[in-house]
Amino acid sequence: MSILEIKNLHATVETPEGTKEILKGVDLTIRSGETHAIMGPNGSGKSTLAYAVAGHPKYEITDGELLLDGEDVLEMSVDERARAGLFLAMQYPVEVPGVTVSNFLRTAKTAIDGEAPALRTWVKDVKGAMDGLRMDPVFAERNVNEGFSGGEKKRHEILQMELLKPGIAILDETDSGLDVDALRVVSDGINRVKENTEVGIMLITHYTRILQYVKPDFVHVFVGGRIAEEGGPELAERLENEGYDRFLVGAGS
Amino acid sequence: MTTADLKGAENIGDPSTNGTVGHAAGAAPAAARTALDGAASAAAPELEDEALTLPGERAALNRGARRRSFDLAAHPRPTSGIEEWRFTPLRRFAALFEDAPTDDREGDPALDHQVEVPEGARDLSVLAPGEAPRGTALVPEDLPAAIASARTEQATHLVVPRNRALAEPFRVEITGRGAERRGNAHLVLETEESSSATFVLNHTGSAQYAQNVEMIVGDNSQMTVIALQDWDDDAVHIATHHARVGRDAKLKHIVVSLGGSAVRVNAIGEFSAPGGEVENLGLYFSDEDQFLEHRLFVDHAAPHCTSDVAYKGALQGKRARSVWVGDVLIRKEAEGTNTYELNRNLVLTEGARADSVPNLEIETGEIEGAGHAAATGRFDDEQLFYLRARGIPELEARRLVVRGFFAELIQRIDVPEIREHLTASIESELARSMN
Repeated sequence: MSILEIKNLHATVETPEGTKEILKGVDLTIRSGETHAIMGPNGSGKSTLAYAVAGHPKYEITDGELLLDGEDVLEMSVDERARAGLFLAMQYPVEVPGVTVSNFLRTAKTAIDGEAPALRTWVKDVKGAMDGLRMDPVFAERNVNEGFSGGEKKRHEILQMELLKPGIAILDETDSGLDVDALRVVSDGINRVKENTEVGIMLITHYTRILQYVKPDFVHVFVGGRIAEEGGPELAERLENEGYDRFLVGAGS
Repeated sequence: MTTADLKGAENIGDPSTNGTVGHAAGAAPAAARTALDGAASAAAPELEDEALTLPGERAALNRGARRRSFDLAAHPRPTSGIEEWRFTPLRRFAALFEDAPTDDREGDPALDHQVEVPEGARDLSVLAPGEAPRGTALVPEDLPAAIASARTEQATHLVVPRNRALAEPFRVEITGRGAERRGNAHLVLETEESSSATFVLNHTGSAQYAQNVEMIVGDNSQMTVIALQDWDDDAVHIATHHARVGRDAKLKHIVVSLGGSAVRVNAIGEFSAPGGEVENLGLYFSDEDQFLEHRLFVDHAAPHCTSDVAYKGALQGKRARSVWVGDVLIRKEAEGTNTYELNRNLVLTEGARADSVPNLEIETGEIEGAGHAAATGRFDDEQLFYLRARGIPELEARRLVVRGFFAELIQRIDVPEIREHLTASIESELARSMN
């Protein structure tokens, strides 16, 4: 059972024009088993929220609280947060030269669990998860994200989520740029993790399309660095029909 | 055709570290400089290129046309205007451009040379200048090599007799006894017909060391040479390795440079008869203020020979520098040649700089294959964030990347104790600069 509590979170970033506040008081609570869709227009700060929670050094938290199972996440380093059970599937995963996928996955699993996984079950788990995401076995011997297509990168992110079994997973625009087939494969992967674990998901997306495959329990509209409206799945349908225009009016605060 | 030759050139890193080479890089030939600037300004951190000089657009002077002589006066003092010195911080190597004797003192040599000769080898002997086979393969191409040759009265000669396969390696332990002390040396390694052996040259301690290593690889023989530059932080070392590879012979030449203040290794392999094979492997790790330069020349002067070059380097820390220049010449008569060369650099931190220049000159179209690749990747904050976001602590993340980067090369070193030593050395390099 995990619970991520985001309370009045404010974050800034340094830009050439000076310090800029991007998160302006975010309140959100995600529990095990829940899927929260965070939807909003470009530039609203959705991705910043994801990176701020994961601990990217680019963002400074200026106010608010971030608690995972009651523990102060803001006091944790990036890798400590991951070991505490947070996972971030990145929108633009980076290449890591010299490190094969298989080596990377095993090292990450060992770091998260605090001990090396039992070889036999691990090999089976990796193979099973890769099969499920329709990834060719040769994939495991390629360097992390090196020469991966957009779809391969996203599958690789979901593969990690399946294997690392986080308490809370933040999926940052995992659906962007995918064709329908790839989106289906990735969504199936997310749904498998939801079925097999207690994961709580923060699903950040710009488009409503993925919500046809991954059903959210809650939908939050994110505008101007904070949550502007909350509701159930029906809110997504409304956004589908009306777009974000309604929220953009007067949101320039 | 300098431009074509340099098309594959690239460098990456902090341009401000050019200051450490100062005039050296600045004085590159205009055409070459343009090519380099072009590569350096490319936005992509990865670069793969094929810089081929094809028949018909031959370079005016090929790499094989470089002047060779034992006469010191035949070699100009290195300057930044000379192509083969343009990346080198000349001031740091200045002592080795002086025609000075080895600084041996009564009962206190400048460098200790301990030679362990394995069972089955000939007893250690020495060769005077001009006494064959000394000088049959290595004729100096530059001033430091000419000085090292002229200043070495007695070259150590290690020989494997005909048809003999030695299980144990020759071990040559070279220990410098002071950073201010000059040493000159010439070593002749020889595998006679159909023999096989491994030679390990291990350099530790500190010195200003000008060294020639001459390799006579007899017909149908197999020679492995492993040169480890494990010097203390203040050593300065210029080495010229020159091999003549006989008919159906194989040379596996491995250079590992981890220590020293400034190290330059120039490795030349010449095929004198058909059927020869050369495998050149190199591994280097440059850290703060360290300069490591590796130059290679594979001279395909005979048909049906194979060469395979793979050098990999990691750089970490301020003003860490590396230079790799790989020249391959496929002469007109070298039909059926198969050659590939690769250089990979991994820049781990800001402020380090790697230069990489592969040159391939082809004078015949009748070859089996020729290719090269040079690329420099940067391990940056985003990669670190990615790995840490998967629970991997920072030191472990760097280890993971560096180990993975070198793993394939280390596996190609056949001596287990050296593999282990290398793995441990790389770990300690990482740990040291992480603190």
